[in-house]
Amino acid sequence: MLFFSFFKTLTNQTVTIELKNDIRIRGILKSVDQYLNIKLDDIEVLELAKYPHLSSVKNMFIRGSVVRYVMLPRSEVDVGLLEDATRREAANQAGKAR
Amino acid sequence: MTAFTSILHRAEKSRIERAPSTSKPRPLPNTLLPFNPHRRFLPIVPPSPSLPTALGFSPPPPNPKPQNARHRRNMERLSLESPAPAQRTPQQNQQFPQNALGPAGPQPTGGPPQLPPQMFTTAAQLLDLTDKKLVLILRDGRKLIGVLRSWDQFANLVFQDTVERIYAGQLYADVPRGIFIVRGENVLLLGEVDLDREDDIPPEVTRAPFEEVFALKKKEEAKRKKGDKKRYDELQALGFEPEHSGEILF
Repeated sequence: MLFFSFFKTLTNQTVTIELKNDIRIRGILKSVDQYLNIKLDDIEVLELAKYPHLSSVKNMFIRGSVVRYVMLPRSEVDVGLLEDATRREAANQAGKAR
Repeated sequence: MTAFTSILHRAEKSRIERAPSTSKPRPLPNTLLPFNPHRRFLPIVPPSPSLPTALGFSPPPPNPKPQNARHRRNMERLSLESPAPAQRTPQQNQQFPQNALGPAGPQPTGGPPQLPPQMFTTAAQLLDLTDKKLVLILRDGRKLIGVLRSWDQFANLVFQDTVERIYAGQLYADVPRGIFIVRGENVLLLGEVDLDREDDIPPEVTRAPFEEVFALKKKEEAKRKKGDKKRYDELQALGFEPEHSGEILF
């Protein structure tokens, strides 16, 4: 749930997504859902020559299960806040386990 | 061709073959009409003015309401869940019909004000791709181009007027396939085709007869499989588990 909330705070930022089949796509993060499926707008495929089938695609829906990395803009990530949230989440989980 | 696709293929073929034998003249099945990505289903009921157009994630202006109306009807028919209207205020129900958008995401916890949680559901993401021409890439590397007609919260999809595009080397070929029902787990990504740019295929890629492309593809595939196997064996000898537990994505 933490990552879902985190990605929600990154909407309308430009991110680069690397898929498990090595395609890298840069675009504006439009939406994310509970499975971390991602919707990208105004996409640009890096090494487009290798993936000609994506040449006429303008926005896409990526299934969360095939994402390897999401590269985020450094300036948009509040590391302190994220650390806090992570600790809180971990404490919650520990509380639930007990 | 997998067993599953051949079943679909046969089902569709038999439907087409049966069609003319009925005594009453029937409208042509949709798949027999010439391909037209802009074709839309007519709404069965006139759209009510209270349909969800708020929040800007409904389809763009030209004809948004009939699509929504139709889709909502479909999803009501397909839904596995029984509606639970009691948990929602009437106002919420009006804005977001239960079945059209599936279960709403979790409520944001505290913090700064956020966009409504309904925006962050699989359903909301797929709703504005409905009835559009899309490229669907499957986990096995197939590229299907067709019109998305229906879906559910797992990204199980129904595609109409599907064409499979096969790429090999610098060649490509199109194979007409018809209707596809795709189980969500096999979906890699869904891309909306920009209709203004769809014919701008990169100049170095040329169209070729299917047989030629298919033969080339088979050769490429065999070569790649060999290479993959070698790599995995070497990794395993070093104690590495192959990436994504040996499942190969294309």
